[in-house]
Amino acid sequence: MSVVTNTTTIGAIDAPSRRNTELALVIFAIAISVFAYANVGLALNGELPSGMLGYGAGLALLGGVAHLAVRRFAKYADPLLLPLAVLLNGLGLAIIWRLDQSERFQSLATFAPAASKQLLFSAIGVGTLVAVLAILKDHRILQRYTYISMLVALFLLILPMFFPSVNGAKIWIKIPGVGTLQPGEFAKIIIAVFFAGYLMVKRDALALASRRFMGLYLPRGRDLGPILMVWAFSILILVFETDLGSSLLFFGMFVVMLYVATERTSWIVFGLLMSAIGAVGVASFEPHVQQRVTAWLDPFAGWGEQAASEQMAKSLMAFGSGGTLGTGLGQGHSDLIGFAANSDFILATVGEELGLAGMMGVLLVYGLIVERGVRTALAARDPFGKLLAIGLSGSFAIQVFVVAGGVMGLIPLTGMTMPFLAAGGSSVLANWALIAILIRISDTARRPAPAPAPSTDAEMTQVVRP
Amino acid sequence: MNKPLRRIAIFCGILVLALLIRDNWLQYVRADELNSHKYNRRVQIERYAHERGDIIVDGKAITGSVETEDGDFTYKRVWKDGPLWAPVTGYSSQAFDSSQLENLEDGILTGNSDQLFFNRTLSMFTGKKKQGGNVVTTLNGAAQTAAFKGLGEKKGAVVALDPQTGAILALASTPSYDPSVFAGNSLKDSDARQQLLKDKDKPMLNRALRETYPPGSTFKVVTAAAALENGLYDDIDAKTESPLPWTLPQTQIPLQNEGDIPCENASLREALRVSCNSVFGKMSDDLGNKKMIEQTDKFGFNKEVFTPVRADASIYPEDNKPQNAMAGIGQASNRTTPLQMAMVASAIANDGKLMQPYMVAKRQAPNLDDIYTAEPEELSRALSGENAQKVQQMMETVVKDGTGTRAQIPGVTVGGKTGTAQHGLNNSEKPYAWFISYAKTDNGSPVAVAVVVEDGNANRDDISGGGLAAPIARDVMKAVVDSKQ
Repeated sequence: MSVVTNTTTIGAIDAPSRRNTELALVIFAIAISVFAYANVGLALNGELPSGMLGYGAGLALLGGVAHLAVRRFAKYADPLLLPLAVLLNGLGLAIIWRLDQSERFQSLATFAPAASKQLLFSAIGVGTLVAVLAILKDHRILQRYTYISMLVALFLLILPMFFPSVNGAKIWIKIPGVGTLQPGEFAKIIIAVFFAGYLMVKRDALALASRRFMGLYLPRGRDLGPILMVWAFSILILVFETDLGSSLLFFGMFVVMLYVATERTSWIVFGLLMSAIGAVGVASFEPHVQQRVTAWLDPFAGWGEQAASEQMAKSLMAFGSGGTLGTGLGQGHSDLIGFAANSDFILATVGEELGLAGMMGVLLVYGLIVERGVRTALAARDPFGKLLAIGLSGSFAIQVFVVAGGVMGLIPLTGMTMPFLAAGGSSVLANWALIAILIRISDTARRPAPAPAPSTDAEMTQVVRP
Repeated sequence: MNKPLRRIAIFCGILVLALLIRDNWLQYVRADELNSHKYNRRVQIERYAHERGDIIVDGKAITGSVETEDGDFTYKRVWKDGPLWAPVTGYSSQAFDSSQLENLEDGILTGNSDQLFFNRTLSMFTGKKKQGGNVVTTLNGAAQTAAFKGLGEKKGAVVALDPQTGAILALASTPSYDPSVFAGNSLKDSDARQQLLKDKDKPMLNRALRETYPPGSTFKVVTAAAALENGLYDDIDAKTESPLPWTLPQTQIPLQNEGDIPCENASLREALRVSCNSVFGKMSDDLGNKKMIEQTDKFGFNKEVFTPVRADASIYPEDNKPQNAMAGIGQASNRTTPLQMAMVASAIANDGKLMQPYMVAKRQAPNLDDIYTAEPEELSRALSGENAQKVQQMMETVVKDGTGTRAQIPGVTVGGKTGTAQHGLNNSEKPYAWFISYAKTDNGSPVAVAVVVEDGNANRDDISGGGLAAPIARDVMKAVVDSKQ
């Protein structure tokens, strides 16, 4: 009678670890991915793909290792985060492999199959997860590296400026022998660590030391400094690296964390105002940005003249062709979009081949990850953990919105990748690390408090039933 | 810190909700529009992903599909005898869209038509490959071949109709082209098309339906019909009031006849036999512009004709008196398509009843079930049966011992009218040779024909229409009459 079954993540007393739930869900996620893989093979060649066993075994190995690591190092972690990530990663692999089979791609001079590389990076990603869980016993350790992480993030963000631009954006660095890297993906996590550490220390100063002016709490100038810096910084990224996505992401993440830390709505108002000023300012002289905006306003107007708008139009047509139920994996023509079909535009394939139903499913999976992240932030007991968790899940949500909204023509296209789904080593690696940190925070949050020392009084007041 | 966290959670929820709403908007509300968008290559890919149905003449397919190796289109359209049938089928090219029947009957030929819905659903369950349906035409292979042979190297057009139903039996236009040469989407196809477009003889122009010519003297049968219908004259063998020379109204210019022919007060029959300009010019002037337009309207002038392939409108315009008199003999701004003149001949042959011309007899589902069968349809009553028979007598005289003797077929009654239409500034260009006619057997008239040859010999008016166009009309009529036996 005295055992309280608490199923929320906030539970403190005898919280069930839910590891078996997680295992069942991971198996389910792997099964869906393997079915997707088989589906592609049957649709394209009329037989089960020869690599199916290898793919299934590989994915099962990755999922199993990740699950065992969680079982071993983060026993009380949220049981949904890992299966959702495995599902997206597995589904992404199946879709990338499907695009590799495209004859249209294979006839391109620059064609190189991406699925095997993606599987390798997924393995490295899961390795990162295991490493993070094993090494980072407590997320509060990260607090010590607040200013170092700022320096590292700055370095990572500035680095691509010295490398040639690819398709109009300077967000890649080329390392001979290894390939290309997108440091911005890693900077996302490191900068969240810096913000969490900084804001945790300064939150009282930012929240309380302000004057009331026209119903808003105006911060003091010296507290306003960092926010202005971040604003200027995100604009600089936009100007020098023409990377709209990252600047939006960093700024959005900062505003979210600032709001949570200070509990002051005025920061949001300032944030929105400044991002609006920045966006309009940059858009007025940066041709790359202007091109994206015109392509967004009327994607069909620039057909045949402008590469950006043609890509947009092709993406919209892919979504339209999918309709409610989709054409079925392997039976669409999303490869018409061209070289970015397996990275920036991978959602167009989901939309065309899995249809509205599949798209909504995938979007809800992303929504669930974000929701579990926010829940972790709510459950975390320390302010640093709360801020870090909300920063990471907020940036995840913004990234999903910016990419999916971009390829669906809801907002201008910014050229980021869909986490886990899109082909790209840096992205997969960074997002596995992100999930690892969220798992770590949720483990700390859900871990039951140590049992109080046995008290002699307790013995006395015990009710004895007949 | 939990209150702002909850708000951020709501904010993230709104972001995801916005994506879901946008997705529904794209993939449900706008799906059809995007899926059939003109830039959407999937439409083309789907169109050529399976074998296209065939267009059928005399029970045999005149089109086909072959598998191609290169690119994302699986099948390519081919024509069995391209130049012969191009004026009927039009083209269907992977790179350059389609035209005429290939375009208008695309739904049936690709199998996408709603009429095939039941069929498609059925084959979905039986697992059969998607197939296109067939379009069965009304054309007569022998008549079409005769028309093409007759035109030969010359520029021109032939239209043959079944006067009793309106079915198109021949539809020839020369020079023609082979749609097979640009049915694919390679560079070679594009070059071949460019060459056709640049050709100054315009082989891709459908002269039978889309070119209007001055009808010349063949139009005199329309003027005669108008005179009879309006009671201007009654007896085709009575003398008309036709002075010679006759001056065009409001001018001092006498309307010339071709040579020294007996036109003064000639009877209708005689005037048509020798093709008197003065008699018919005055007749048109006596009737007036309004009555002439009314009569041409009844024959189907002044609006586009859909067979279902669109034919240009033939024009008998509102005009001043001298121009109206000239229009009455098929000159001035009076312009007709060969199809229109075939309709005139067929209305007269069918005792005044003008039938709607059509060329699609049946549409067949892939399993050869008929899903549509054409019903002959009356377009208008061009003239009374009695008057039609009078015009028939006049036209038969033309062939018996007038300008159209070369259209005679032994054992068959033939009525006809020749024409040599002058055109160009001050008659500088070579005239068009015309001939319209019909054949008649015991069961009424099986065929009416209009022939136009662009580069006629310019020496003498009616002789050239009779000399150049009449033999072609005779061969086409003979082909139809023979195939009916």
